[in-house]
Parts: sequence; C-alpha cells; structure tokens
Amino acid sequence: MSDQKDEKKTNRRDFLFTATAAAGAVGVGAAVWPLVDQMNPDASVKALASTEVDVSSMQPGQSLTVLWRGKPVFIKRRTDDEIKKARAVDINDLKHPEKDEDRAKNPEWLVMLGICTHLGCVPLTDKGDYDGWFCPCHGSHYDTSGRIRKGPAPTNMEIPKYEFVNTNTIKIG
Amino acid sequence: MSDHEYTPSSKFGKWFNDRLPLLTLANHLTDYPTPKNLNYWWTFGGILTFCLITQIVTGLVLAMHYIAHADMAFSSVEHIMRDVNYGWLLRYVHANGASMFFLAVYIHIFRSLFYGSYKSPREIIWILGIIIYLLMMAAAFMGYVLPWGQMSFWGATVITNLFSAIPLVGESITTWLWGGYSVDNPTLTRFFTLHYLIPFLILGLVVLHIWALHVPGNNNPVGIDIKKPSKDTVPFHPYIVIKDAFALLMFCIVFAMFVFYQPNILGHADNYIEADPLVTPAHIVPEWYLLPFYAILRSVPDKLMGVVAMLSAILILAALPWLDTSKVRSAVFRPLFRQFYWILVADVLILGYVGAMPAEGLYLLIARVATAYYFAHFLIILPVLGWKEKTTPLPLSITEPVLGGSPNLAAARSDEKIEKTIK
Repeated sequence: MSDQKDEKKTNRRDFLFTATAAAGAVGVGAAVWPLVDQMNPDASVKALASTEVDVSSMQPGQSLTVLWRGKPVFIKRRTDDEIKKARAVDINDLKHPEKDEDRAKNPEWLVMLGICTHLGCVPLTDKGDYDGWFCPCHGSHYDTSGRIRKGPAPTNMEIPKYEFVNTNTIKIG
Repeated sequence: MSDHEYTPSSKFGKWFNDRLPLLTLANHLTDYPTPKNLNYWWTFGGILTFCLITQIVTGLVLAMHYIAHADMAFSSVEHIMRDVNYGWLLRYVHANGASMFFLAVYIHIFRSLFYGSYKSPREIIWILGIIIYLLMMAAAFMGYVLPWGQMSFWGATVITNLFSAIPLVGESITTWLWGGYSVDNPTLTRFFTLHYLIPFLILGLVVLHIWALHVPGNNNPVGIDIKKPSKDTVPFHPYIVIKDAFALLMFCIVFAMFVFYQPNILGHADNYIEADPLVTPAHIVPEWYLLPFYAILRSVPDKLMGVVAMLSAILILAALPWLDTSKVRSAVFRPLFRQFYWILVADVLILGYVGAMPAEGLYLLIARVATAYYFAHFLIILPVLGWKEKTTPLPLSITEPVLGGSPNLAAARSDEKIEKTIK
C-alpha cells in the first residue's frame, strides 16, 4: 500500500490477497491429505477383519488365545466359580463400571481383546490379585470378567464384536 | 563470518571464492577465536559430530543388507551378523554407536547445565539442541524396532500406545501410526523410512546449532563474556582441533571396548527372540538412555497424566533459559547452585536406576519422590535461587585470575569494575 490514504480501507487488492491465500490453503490441504491418509490401515489390512474359531475341544477353566487383526483375543470358558465371582462384585467398586452380564452374554464364555488398556501389553491368564489377568508390564490386575481392578490401566479389557456361528464356532469381527 | 577480510592466496582460489565463498567459510572455521580456557567437557560437541557421521555411514551400509518386512527383518539382521562381510562389525558399531551418541549427548547437556551455556545470548543454540535431542530419541526408538525382536515389537507397542492416552482422537492416531490395528508390517516399513530420514534432519539442525554458536561464540568455564579475538582467545585451529582430536581418541577407546568386548551388554537378550504378538516379555525395559523418562512415566498412576509428565520432563528443558533467573552463568561462582546441580545429577541417575526396576513397592516410592524433585529443581529451585543466591565475584577476564599476581593487572582491577561485572 504505497498510498497512505487507502491504508485502512479494504480494497480490491485485499480481497484478491485473501482469496488467493484461501485458495492456496485449500490446495495445499488437498495435496497433503493423501500423504497423511496413506498411513491409515490399507485395504488388505481391513480385509482381514474377521476370524472364525473352533472351540469344541475347550473344557471349563481353559482359555485360548487367537490372533485377530494382529491382536490377541482371549477366549475363556469360565468355571461356575469364576462366573459367580465376577457377578458378585458391587458395580460401584469398579474403576470402569460394567456388569459381567453385559461383558459375557453367554456367562460361560468370555471373549475379549487380550490387550492391556494401559500401554498394550498382553496380560497373563489366571494371574493377579483377582484371579483373572495380570499385566507384567506395569502391574495392572484384571478380574475374572477382564475388568480393571488395580493398577494404571484406565479401562476394562475391550470386548470385540463376536457371535456364535453354531455351538462350536465363534466368529470374531 | 565478516570478522575480518579474507583473500585466498592463489589466483584460482580468488576466482572461485568470489563466486562461492567456501574458502571464506573454511577460513572462518579455522581462525575462529575460541576461549583459551575451554576444558575437556567442551570436546563433546566434536565427539557428537563424529557419532552422527558414524551412525549415518554404518546405517547406510546396513540398509544395503537389511530387509524391512515383518517376515524377513529378523533373519536379515542375523544374515548381516553371520553372512555379510564385516556385517557383525558394522551392526555392533551402529548399535553401540547409538549408546555412545547418547552418552556423549548427556555429558554435553550436563556441561551446559553446569556452566550455564543455555543463558542469554545462547537460548537458540540450546533450544536447537533440545530439538536435536528429541529427534535422536525418535531415531533411536525406531532403529531399535527394526531388528523385529521381542523387545523391538513390545517396545514399539508400548511407546505407540502412549498416543492412545490423548483424549478423543487417541485411538485414531495410534491406528494411523500403526497403519493397522496393531504393530505390524506397515509399522515396520514406515519406521524404517523415518529412521533413515531423521539423521539427515539432525545433520541440518547441527549446522544451525553450530551457526548459532558462532554468533556469540563459545561459553567458557568462567562463564563471562569475552572479547574476540583478544588475549582470552586462541584460534580454533590448531589449538582446539588438537584438543578435540585427543578427546575423540579417548572416547573411541571406550567405544571400541563396547564394540569388541561387550557388544551386547547395553542391549537386551529378549531382542534375540523374534517378535511374537501373542507373548509379552516378562519385563519390558527401554534402552538405558530412555530409563529416567520411563521412570517418570510409570511413577504417575494415571495414563494420560503419566504421558504428560514424561513429555513435560523433556520440554521443560526448552524453557530453562527463562526458568534460571541468575545472571551469573558458570556454577563456579554459584556456591548454592553448584550443590543443587549435583543433587539433580544424582536425581536423574536414581530415576534411571528405578526405571530399570519393576514399578512396585519401594522402587515406585523412590521414583515418585525423584520425579517430584526433578520438576521442583526446574520450577522452584532455579527461579528462587537466581533471586536469593549470593554469587562470588567474577573475574574481569579469563587471563586475569591467572596473572592476578602481576602488579599491572592488580592495579587494573579496581573494585568498581568488579561490582559492575557481578551485577
């Protein structure tokens, strides 16, 4: 603005500057987005979205770890004692209040992501102060319903989407 | 670089220098006036440059044999160790080189802390250094993932999960970082790419770091401003070059001891087991140079706050030039600061020790106290100290205390001048 009188007025040149900058920002954004989005899960990763598991040979008290989307999934056939323990807990005592009835639709079977919600380690089965799971990395204790009871983990272990295809097969994902 | 005029002696040199003043730059670097009292703690800048070049050169040749794929990475590293000519040497130099790099950088940082090298007018040099340090940690972490052993895999899982602590977008960010729903092949390939990129970013920042250093010149053990060039300075070449070279030689002896006699002592045996997403090792420990920050992370019982505390512990260093309110740079003239300095050194060593121990019982208690003290040092002790502490008198020049007995200089040392310097 060489002319001082025009300095305060918005003129056509200011409009052009703003419009150019706005168009430029949109263009840069559109060019950068593919560079960012390429890092998200690709089609081949997404394609491996579900796994079917045969659980016919599992006895009460046994547990199985299977891999789903690169993550371990715990399948536990719980004993009556373990179910009783999980259901007896007062929900108000929990850090992340969830009823066992909601976590295990079929009380005998607990299916959950075997990943500690603290920093992603795989907890050890039938260990810890609550006879459920114990994470060796930073000392989180989970109960027989996979709920966080003690330690740094913020939430219960996650329940993935799953269904019984028939009495012997669980489909995860 | 405009300290004095420089004219190349040869005709071709003059012709070339008029078009690209590289010879002027070379002359600036050789003649560069340096405080003559620099001690061996000042040789670590040169040592660090050596470490960076070593990592780049060995990394470049290792990349000719390494395969960044989840199914092949582990065996390609074993292939380097067993089949490739001198592969064992190159890999051991690269792996131990990372440790040596951090050893040198910690000495370099604590040198700055002791002699107040971060203070005005050197704040930008200091902040560039902190950015370099952060990039070094990123490079070291991603490099450790590449052999695809158990510690690689689970270290990567724990560290990338730190981002899941971010409210709302945490999960999406972690998935984006992984390129999947867990650490897997896409994670490995991108870590390899970034591990290759970061050293060159560091190299660029090192150039800026040295450029920024050459504006005010080196700090020195006495910590006073000096005129350059003057009786208090010597040319960089040959005086500092030879001192740096000797220190580098000593450093290389230590380096070689690790490479040839104890190449695995700083590593972890679990990393010679191939990555298994179904089994977490009983005890996950990061590399030794990250342990103090790991201890801070674990000492906070809340996930998000633990991550915040760990990051703050590093970023607080960037604010140091403004947190330390004392005008006197060198700890030599700050009797109280000197004591707190050594307590901080002990505190960081304690954090490192408990970081390697299980996070329970007494270790957890010690980690919490040490974490609290770490933050108190920067947020309470340093600001108050600058205001309360009575510092001892500063010399007028580097030469003065040495030749203090000579009658001429004693006469020149009027009380009025001394008071001015203290202020």
